[in-house]
Amino acid sequence: MRPEDLRAYLAKQHGKSLLRFLTCGSVDDGKSTLIGRLLYDTKLVFEDQLRALEKDSKKHGTTGDDIDFALLLDGLEAEREQGITIDVAYRFFATEKRKYIVADTPGHEQYTRNMATGASNSDLAVILVDARKGVLTQTRRHAYICSLLRIRHVVLAVNKIDLVGHSEEIFRTIEREFRDFAEKLDFATLVAIPLSARFGDNVIERSAKIGWYKGPALLPYLDTIDIDTDVESNPFRLPVQWVNRPNLDFRGFAGTIAGGAVRKGDHVVVANSGRTTTVSRIVTQDGDLEVAAAGDAITLTLADEVDVSRGDVLALSAARPEVSSQFAAHVLWMAEEELLPGRQYLIKIGTKTVPASVTELKHKVDVNSLEHFAAKTLQLNEVGFCNVSTATPIAFDAYADNRDTGGFIIIDRFTNGTVGAGMIAFGLRRATNVHWQALDVNKHARAEHKGQKPVILWFTGLSGSGKSTIANIVERKLLLAGRHTYLLDGDNVRHGLNRDLGFTDADRVENIRRVAETAKLFVDAGLIVLVSFISPFRSERRSARELVMPGEFLEVFVDTPIEVCMTRDPKGLYKRAQAGEIKNFTGIDSPYEPPENAEIHVKTQELAPEAAADAIIARLQSVGVLP
Amino acid sequence: MSSPAKAVTAISRTRHSHLARLEAESITIMREVAAEFANPVMLYSIGKDSSVMLHLAMKAFYPAKPPFPFMHIDTTWKFREMITFRDKMARELGIKLIVHKNEDGIKRGINPFDSGSSLHTQVMKTEALRAALDKHGFDAAFGGARRDEEKSRAKERIFSFRTAGHTWDPKNQRPELWRVFNARIKKGESIRVFPISNWTELDIWEYILAENIPIVPLYFAAKRPVVVRDGTIIMRDDERMKLLPGEKVEERVVRFRTLGCYPLTGGVASPATTLEEIVAEMLAARTSEREGRVIDHDENASMEKKKREGYF
Repeated sequence: MRPEDLRAYLAKQHGKSLLRFLTCGSVDDGKSTLIGRLLYDTKLVFEDQLRALEKDSKKHGTTGDDIDFALLLDGLEAEREQGITIDVAYRFFATEKRKYIVADTPGHEQYTRNMATGASNSDLAVILVDARKGVLTQTRRHAYICSLLRIRHVVLAVNKIDLVGHSEEIFRTIEREFRDFAEKLDFATLVAIPLSARFGDNVIERSAKIGWYKGPALLPYLDTIDIDTDVESNPFRLPVQWVNRPNLDFRGFAGTIAGGAVRKGDHVVVANSGRTTTVSRIVTQDGDLEVAAAGDAITLTLADEVDVSRGDVLALSAARPEVSSQFAAHVLWMAEEELLPGRQYLIKIGTKTVPASVTELKHKVDVNSLEHFAAKTLQLNEVGFCNVSTATPIAFDAYADNRDTGGFIIIDRFTNGTVGAGMIAFGLRRATNVHWQALDVNKHARAEHKGQKPVILWFTGLSGSGKSTIANIVERKLLLAGRHTYLLDGDNVRHGLNRDLGFTDADRVENIRRVAETAKLFVDAGLIVLVSFISPFRSERRSARELVMPGEFLEVFVDTPIEVCMTRDPKGLYKRAQAGEIKNFTGIDSPYEPPENAEIHVKTQELAPEAAADAIIARLQSVGVLP
Repeated sequence: MSSPAKAVTAISRTRHSHLARLEAESITIMREVAAEFANPVMLYSIGKDSSVMLHLAMKAFYPAKPPFPFMHIDTTWKFREMITFRDKMARELGIKLIVHKNEDGIKRGINPFDSGSSLHTQVMKTEALRAALDKHGFDAAFGGARRDEEKSRAKERIFSFRTAGHTWDPKNQRPELWRVFNARIKKGESIRVFPISNWTELDIWEYILAENIPIVPLYFAAKRPVVVRDGTIIMRDDERMKLLPGEKVEERVVRFRTLGCYPLTGGVASPATTLEEIVAEMLAARTSEREGRVIDHDENASMEKKKREGYF
């Protein structure tokens, strides 16, 4: 290449735009073959890779002596052996006009989460169907997931058209059926293209074999489609990622603009606090900018010393995000362990991480039919519409308006796994309008009046471990000592307050949530509250602990081996559970998670109930609850 | 070549160009790590990808210096020019550089010739890296891997979770949506972070050209003393490389597309002495860059296996 040609080439490279798209469809639809074909035909497959491919094709291939393009893509050993694509793979190729990043995602229902992952960063989706099979349940599911993740542009690639004699009639039928369905899904553009990935027809250029089709081939279409979304005309949003303080004279707020544009001198607001100020500089290492827009990673300095930290969102004063601790959202569940309403998780939205829980699961959506069903929990790969409550108010937009400020992930507090993805639909009420009623008589005054320190003694342990026996003795001793107490007992509460709840995991979580809230009110009343509940899950005990102030919650682990509990079996429950008469019985077919750091650990095999109660009283004295 | 400042303006003016978008994505990732982790480190291998990473890190935290150290795992078999370049960069940029060598491996006399490439890499690179991460208690480590390099890397996350034993379980990766990265780990666990996952080899070169990023001179063609062994052009960088019967050292004009341990890195015959010429050569290239790396040929799916064991 001559130097002047190279310069011209590079100038062109710099001007190239980037299109991120997703391919969905099952392996049988020829998805991997299509991407392999795109890489091969755009000369992105190198000679050494081609040699390896020829070798692999003979060993694992499914196309006889021909090259099996699918093998270019299936990267993990297990996938190559089983011929399935189990995880999102990213591929790269370029044309004269654009650079492409392809998220290659698996098609089966059990990989819905992987597809959603790929969709979350894509601007366009290529949905494959096999011309012989037409629109299937999975085709509809793929279209729905794409619309849920707010992909605005869709190509319906009707593949293997060669196997139906390049029939226009079949193609039109499939196109019509898909369009009818997609009407509900609000795509900005939808184009159907008949093609054969295996033979390259209508992939790179139009094929004479499909002469009746007058539209563009796939790649030319991708090259020209205008995906420049209106992110720049959106309101300005900057989730603050990092506060940059190299010295006392510089205080910058670094982040990647999540929408709109910002100019030097703009009036901006810290969404959460409502404090306003002016942009002094837009700093980059390459020099200050006059204006920066969505996608730019920049650092702002502000005219006033306002309090801004990581997790805050900066916005234009004139167009602010919503700030609330309550919102409605679609949630896609991604973990083996089901979603439990009432359980506390963490959500991360933009750069902010807060404790949050689903307060109400309004319905779940059948991802195949789009029908709504009532549900108590969400299982792996299920989609639900929920009300979510966060521990502190957060700034957000509807996901439909802004992916970055409207999308969040859900994190399990114990495993730290990413267990769900959420897309905010709307705020439920403006938290700023709801103020706590300030009361003149407060917890301190009530406790003082009773001459004691309020506290929750949370007894946890298996059924028959001796929780209630010990708690009763403790309460009696406290009463004798002139203390004001109340005992919340599992069985009693279930007859009244919680009589609408059963014993599924979801109901157990709600059961404990209500009891914890009740105990909190009693603490507020100045009482020493004894709670005697199996409370098998660590998450819920932790949530209960976090409802009150540090030092106001003492966990008492009544530790009795299950064999001993079964021998005691005071209510005959173990016998019935083992006979299968009671379902979801803790220790039998429902788990018990023992405390890891209980304040008080009572081993009932070493300590009789009276002695155990004395030990607990002694402990209350040593931590200063009792004089 | 134009001055760095001017070249940059060219990128910023076309903000939607792919390089500008890739640059912003990488900076976003680096800032996220600095904000979320207690003790991150950037692995610095001195190659072109590391040079781009270093350049991006300087941009991400400007006007501050990157708030983490850089660490080089020195197998003691790197090209001498690489070490010179490494020390010069650290000095000029004022960054904190940690050099770690597996002293036990050195004592055991592990070397790529007698021990074989597999054992050498395992002991001097993989084990050394694990030991260094443990020694300093790093909870996040940036690596320069790219998804276009190799099949198993195409499925790698940007935040790649590692157990307390540094192992990678491809079946148990966290879903990664939007730009929201889950950085939560328990004590002893760590995350490997790949900020340039979405860059291709060509993107790297174009960016180096546009931003005028310094790279090790070995990437440019020059007369070098080489030995052809098993069809691979090996540069004899020092006397430790013993000649086999019939072998002789020749002066040839060669350059390197990737850099690693000199006995494990094949050179290519090439006249390219400028960045422009390298990019031109890239465009006409018909073999992938990993072909010059000896370790990938060992066995099918060898990279996946190494990664599971804690290799980058």
